[in-house]
Order: sequence, then structure tokens, then C-alpha cells
Amino acid sequence: MAVLNMVEAIRQTLADEMARDGRILLLGQDIGRNGGVFRATDGLQERFGEDRVVDMPLAEAVIVGASVGLAASGLRPVAELQFLGFGSQAFHQIEGQVARMRFRSQGRYGMPLVIRAPFGGNVRTPELHSDAHEAKYVNSPGLKVAMPASAYDARGLLAEAIRDPDPVLFCEPLRGYRRIKDEVPDADYTVPFGQARLVRDGTDVAVIAWSAAVTVAAEAAAQLAADGISCAVLDLRTLVPLDVRALAEVVARTGRAVVVHEAPMTAGFGAEVIATIQEEAFWSLEAPIGRVTAYDTPYPIASVEEHYLPSIERVKHAIRRVAGEV
Amino acid sequence: MGPATATAREQAAVVPVTRLGPDGVLAPGCDPALSSAEALAAFRLMLLTRTYDERAFSLQRQGRLGTFSPVTGQEASVVGSAWALDPTRDWVVPQYRELPAMLRQGHTLEKVLLYQMGNPVGNRMEEGVNVLPIQISLAAQVPHAVGLAWGLRHQGLDACVITYFGDGASSEGDVHEAMNLAGVRRASVIFFLQNNGFAISTPVAKQTATESFALRAAGYGFPGELVDGNDLFAVYEVTRRAVERARAGEGPTLIESRTYRLGPHNTADDPTRYVDPEELRSWQALDPIVRVRAWLRSEGALDDASEVELQAELDGEVARAVAAAEAFPKVRPGQIFEHVYARPPDRVAAQWESVGEAGSA
Repeated sequence: MAVLNMVEAIRQTLADEMARDGRILLLGQDIGRNGGVFRATDGLQERFGEDRVVDMPLAEAVIVGASVGLAASGLRPVAELQFLGFGSQAFHQIEGQVARMRFRSQGRYGMPLVIRAPFGGNVRTPELHSDAHEAKYVNSPGLKVAMPASAYDARGLLAEAIRDPDPVLFCEPLRGYRRIKDEVPDADYTVPFGQARLVRDGTDVAVIAWSAAVTVAAEAAAQLAADGISCAVLDLRTLVPLDVRALAEVVARTGRAVVVHEAPMTAGFGAEVIATIQEEAFWSLEAPIGRVTAYDTPYPIASVEEHYLPSIERVKHAIRRVAGEV
Repeated sequence: MGPATATAREQAAVVPVTRLGPDGVLAPGCDPALSSAEALAAFRLMLLTRTYDERAFSLQRQGRLGTFSPVTGQEASVVGSAWALDPTRDWVVPQYRELPAMLRQGHTLEKVLLYQMGNPVGNRMEEGVNVLPIQISLAAQVPHAVGLAWGLRHQGLDACVITYFGDGASSEGDVHEAMNLAGVRRASVIFFLQNNGFAISTPVAKQTATESFALRAAGYGFPGELVDGNDLFAVYEVTRRAVERARAGEGPTLIESRTYRLGPHNTADDPTRYVDPEELRSWQALDPIVRVRAWLRSEGALDDASEVELQAELDGEVARAVAAAEAFPKVRPGQIFEHVYARPPDRVAAQWESVGEAGSA
């Protein structure tokens, strides 16, 4: 057992999976000699060679599109998009090709591939590097979407993603790469998809989040505990599959809920969570469900990003309002 | 198979490589690229394609078949290129107008019909049939072909991959990204661009300002060839050269096959709105089937009696496929869910359950 940050956990998982399965091949921009702009693949080209850790041209559509062909040939590609915001330049390959190839070929060509993509704010990046685009991808049947919030889950969910016969978009929170650290076992393990994690139990309000927003939600919950408000914090871990049962259970216990995410509000995945809660736990609800999200604006210039992202204060305020205190 | 030496302008890819003239006579000094027995087999596949197109068109008009895109006019282009492959190790990554290439690789008319009649099972290639599913999102298949060629070679196989796309699809960014990557990785892939004159109604002149699509290859660091797409021998010869290059690890080739779509874009299209009748007539005179037939007759490999016999055989083959496809069990609503995921999310499983056929795959 060692304390790792998320990028270390991801790097270790890639190395272990590549050692375990010779069919795995990494491809992306700057991932070879440079070890990735965030060092997620540092040392892997040295260890596994240029044939298995491949520096690609600056072209997202063919990074993903070539992965489709590599998977069809019998390999298990793990592609890196340098930033999820640039995934839009490969969206037609992700939504129209990766997600559908198993269906289109009626099972002949499964797509056991992973697309890793860092995203999210609070690291002072230029435009499009920070955007939380997860909701654009969840409406792509055939694709799974994983959003780890801890180093433990980064390792367990990535190992699961690589071994899953279905394609997975694996979103890595930029600010968690170095700041989120926790204990990660040395031994092999996976975290199954579709099983949310109860980060903290509580009786008054359920706070539902994923990826780096979980840290914000957990901190808000810890601070409110001192004020006598007991919050449960549920980390969804994967948006597809969605752990409907865990959502229903936590809301049945608390009767009140707040959803927190870094993406803009309108048609963000929070809307799906709220719709699911009203289907599954409507009669348990004692108050309207709150949501704390980014604003319906483009991601702002970095100097004001802390006003755009859900903050601990905004989450606390929403919890108090849902709890009937304000 | 000693072809005539390519002219400088052929080598420059601005004049198409041509071997078999419209009258079915080989250019002076050329040996036929195929033996008469092989040319007869290729001719059979070309004629099967034409026969199928005519029958399928009539089935579509009777409401027994959905929308489809005929190959008519492009038979030499598709058959000649596919003929250069070894179906046991090489791969075809099609768009959707390459029926005979898929058949050559081992796909069946029955399954083609099944798909066109609305059964998704028809788009499943059997194991051992080295073909990706047809592609509706134009050009999206081109990156797949590069990845496939790369992956096969990574696993030590000396396979090569041909991908088909058109003059219209060539405007898509995916083609640029794929060719660029193929050049960098020296992928064993053949980019087979069928320039058939139109993207639905948009003529080539509105698609590109280049004199020849084949010239683009230079910008990617590999050879480009321009070929008369209505000439079976020339298409075979040029593609064969590209296969040999790929097999030897020398990387990709771009082939522009200059041909003409003699029929509509698909069964929902009315080309009389935009095709110049004079131009159409001039290309009808260049029908690829006519010139192979003339050559085979001049070689004594075909005569009136044997062609009547062949046509009857092909009519029977198509009729049997139609009968088999029409006798196939109807599509079930549960098929909406089959093969979407290997491990469906609970929510999808519940939706599947709700249509009452869960687990019947």
C-alpha cells in the first residue's frame, strides 16, 4: 500500500496492464519520449518500446479512428486525448464509430478500447483545456463513461476500463493529477462499473457528484457537519453505467439531495441524476433537489475561473437551502 | 504480366493509366494483366454485380427492399481493385458502393440483401471474411483502415488493407488525417478513391480544384496513381503494384480511379435533375463491362452461347439469394438491443426486458 496521486496511480495501472496483456498499445500526442504533458505515461515508452507507446500526429479524429482499426485487428488500444475539450475534434469517431461498431457489425467487431482524457478546471489553463464535456458523451449508446475522483478509483476503474470488452471514455480530473492523493494497494484490483461509492454517510442531505467535484462536495459536507447538518456524499464513479440503486437508496435515507458538477447547468448530467431520482425516489423527497454547477457560459478566462466552478461555499449554500435553513 | 512502360504523364498521375480501350482492344505493347481464365472470373463478378443492381432496383420499386446504392458503371473499378488482394489475408474497409469487393472477400449476396431488407444481421461479416461493416458516415472508415493495417502488421501479419471512398468523401478531414498518419507509419494501406463524377449531385469541380486527386499523395510522402477506373486490366495492374508495395513494407499508395456513376446515387435519387445527358451518353460508351466482354470474345474465352449460359447462372444465383433472404425470420424488436454492449448497463438491460425479449440473443 502506498499513497499515490492520481497521475501516479494512472501511470502504474497503464504499466501493470501493459505488462499483463501484450495486446495493449498506447497512442496519443506527446505520450512517448515526453511521457505525456502531465507525465501520465512517463517512462512507459522506455520500458515497452516505441511500438507499444506511440507518439501520434496532432489529429484527434485519427487518434480515435485508428484505435477503431487497431481494435478490429485484435489489439486493445488505449488512446490519450491530450484534453477532453479537444475531443470535439474526434466526436464523430467516438459517437459515430467507437460507440456503434459492435452494434453495426452485430458483434463481430467489439471495441475493447479506452480513450483517456484529462479535463476540468482550477489549473489555470487556456480556453478549451478545462471544459467538462462528459454530458456530451453519455448520450452515445455503446460507450461507457468513467469519472474517477480518487487515486484508488483511478487505478481500479482504469484497470476495469482496459479489461472491459466495451469502449470506455475515461475522464481524468486535471486538478486531481497531483492534488488528490490516497492509498492505493500494490496488489491487482479493479473497481466494477456502475457501483457508486458512499464517500461519507449522513442523514439530512445527499450530495451527489463525480470526479473532482467529489472533493468539493466532501469538504462542504465536512464543514456543515460542524454546524449540525449531516450530509451523505455519493460519488457516482461512472455515469454510464449509472448506479440507479445507490441514488435511490441515498435519497430514500435523506429525503433531500444536491447535485454538484463542473459542467454548465443546462442538460448537464445533473439533469439526468435529478430525473432519475424523481423516477426512483420521488415519494421520499422532502424538498426540491438542488444543483450546483458551472454557469451556462463558455469556460471563462483563468483569472476568474474560481467564480465559475462550483465552490465549497456555493455547495454549502445549496445544501442549507435544500435543508430548509435559508 | 508485362505492362507497357508508364508514360511520364501517367507517372505524374495526371493522365490515367489505361490498358484496355473502350473497344476491348489492348493498348499496343501491353500484355493483359490477367489471364483469360482470371479475366473471365472477374467478368463474372462484374456481371453478377450488374445483374444484382438491376434485380435489386426492381425489388426496391416493389417495396421488397430498402434504399440502396447501385454500383453500375463502377464494376471494373471495384472488381479490378479487389482482385489484386488475397482474401485470405488482406482486408477491405468499404464505404457502401463496393458490393463485389465484399463478395470477393467472402461476404454473401443473401446477407447483403438481408441488410438492405432491414435486418441488421446482414451487416455481420462471418469470421474469416476480412471486411469491416459498410460505412454510412462518409470518410469515417478511412482512419479505421490505417489503424487496421497498423494493427495487423504490429501482430506480424503481412496483410494489407484497401479502403474505398469517393470524390465527395475526399473533402472530409478524416481523409487528410488518415493519409497523413499512414505516411508517417508507412501503413500497409491502399487508399482507393473512386472518382465517379458526383457526390449525390455535386460535381467533382465543386469538390476540388486539383487536376487529379492522385497528386495529393505527394503531400503525404507516398505515391499516387491515376487510373482509368473503367478499365479492369489497368485498375488491377495499378492496385497490384500498390499491394506489392504494401506487402514489402514500403507503405501506402493513393489510387484515384476515374470512373462514372451511370446510375443514381441511390434508389431515392433522381439524377435527371443534375446529370447532363450528353455527358452520361459519353460515359455509357465507356461501359466497363462492354470492353471486358469484347476482349474475352476476341480471346475466344466467351461467345454468345456461353454468355447466355453465364447470364442464366447469375440470374439463378441472385434469385436464390433473394428467396433465402425473404425466407429469413423477421426482425424482432429485441434486436434493437443486441450487440449494443458486451456488458449492458442495468438501465439498458431493463429497457431490453421491457420489450420482452431479453437474453434472446
